[in-house]
Amino acid sequence: MSIMDYNGGSVIAMVGKDCVAIASDLRLGVQSLSIASDFQKIFPVTDRIFVGLPGLATDVTTLHEQFRYRVNMYTIKEEREIEPEAFTALVSSTLYEKRFGPYFIEPVIAGMQKLPNGGYAPFIAGTDVIGCINFAKDLIVAGTASEKLFGVAEGLWEPDLEADDLFETISQSLLNAVDRDAYSGWGAIVHVITKDKVVTRTLKGRMD
Amino acid sequence: MATGGGAYSYSLTVFSPSGKLVQIEHALAAVSQGTTSLATNGIVIATEKKTSSLLIDDSMIERVAVVCPNIGIVYSGMGPDFRILVTKARKSAQAYWKVHGEYPPTKVLTQEIANIMQQATQSGGVRPYGVSLLVAGWDINRGPTLYQVDPSGSFWAWKASAIGKNMVNAKTFLEKRYNDDISLEDAIHTALLTLKEGFEGQMTEKTIEIGVVTVPSPAELEVGKVEGTGRFKATFRKLTEEEVRDYLSL
Repeated sequence: MSIMDYNGGSVIAMVGKDCVAIASDLRLGVQSLSIASDFQKIFPVTDRIFVGLPGLATDVTTLHEQFRYRVNMYTIKEEREIEPEAFTALVSSTLYEKRFGPYFIEPVIAGMQKLPNGGYAPFIAGTDVIGCINFAKDLIVAGTASEKLFGVAEGLWEPDLEADDLFETISQSLLNAVDRDAYSGWGAIVHVITKDKVVTRTLKGRMD
Repeated sequence: MATGGGAYSYSLTVFSPSGKLVQIEHALAAVSQGTTSLATNGIVIATEKKTSSLLIDDSMIERVAVVCPNIGIVYSGMGPDFRILVTKARKSAQAYWKVHGEYPPTKVLTQEIANIMQQATQSGGVRPYGVSLLVAGWDINRGPTLYQVDPSGSFWAWKASAIGKNMVNAKTFLEKRYNDDISLEDAIHTALLTLKEGFEGQMTEKTIEIGVVTVPSPAELEVGKVEGTGRFKATFRKLTEEEVRDYLSL
């Protein structure tokens, strides 16, 4: 069994019309034994950026702290908030520093990117364990239920979903995918990010 | 014993009783002997490049350096020290690019250079860099900006400034000529006129160097990275000899 599957957990991100959504399950387990149903894997980076860290739980904590440190240093040094694209590059270089002994995490980034004309554009990206970036136009999946998430999400997602529809699409994709995965589930959390606010909802799921 | 500084003039890390670090003052003296460099509005940097003999091949002399596509620097003072700082600044810009996927804002790069120069005032076995720098660049955050860095490692932002031999006169001249909304063409001419004040010898495309910061238009920003290259259009560039000649003849 892969160390990537040791604690279980999955994350998904989707692009909508002037919004993005990122969602994860809440399970923490040790192989098939479930330990907790309130384990957060998605963390706010700025008011407009979230990062999901599915994989080995110890590395979820370590990387979360590492990113918090690096983003804080960036904010102080540059006197501005980091943008999703620069944050993705930061995630990538942080992971590649450990190229030959990687963190067992496949990060997912979702946020609203500031445009030169003052507007905002939805942005999502994912990386592998050593930081190879995948700039996706539609959706990103990662974690123990990633194959199932791909299947459901590819079927449900369509372009230019409004915030409410995007919430419904990402929620159904996640809940139905994790029901087919023994290592993910036990409730879910969804963040829908628009240019001026974030709506966070906790979902109930099957507890078996 | 060195003249003037007395017992405090050698060890660079020892304060004199009056609270001065004498070696740093000497470094500033080295700067003020260097040829004049100036900048206006953070968009034009200009300098004279003089040769001690007409036998020297002046095409090899570079006093305005491009650090990364959005930032350039010019110096007054010691040429060899400047080359070292340019190399370090370029490396720092590339290191920033590797981590953040974009080139550093002008202020961040200036801070990096200032840190390097500060370290040379506190380390053993070294002397301070004998240069003052003018760092000009463009970034999305602050637009076009201009900074001066001194041998002590202190730095300031300017609207327009001058360093080197003629700095006092040049600054007075710039103060009279400066206004906030000036076009790039006008700024180049202001820079040339300022340089002309107190210029020894003939001002030709061979004896001056000019770098310009072009502020991208909203349309260019909209397009973003140039098709096929995966890069943004450079916002800092040096004027070619032909361009300099054209500006001088106007």
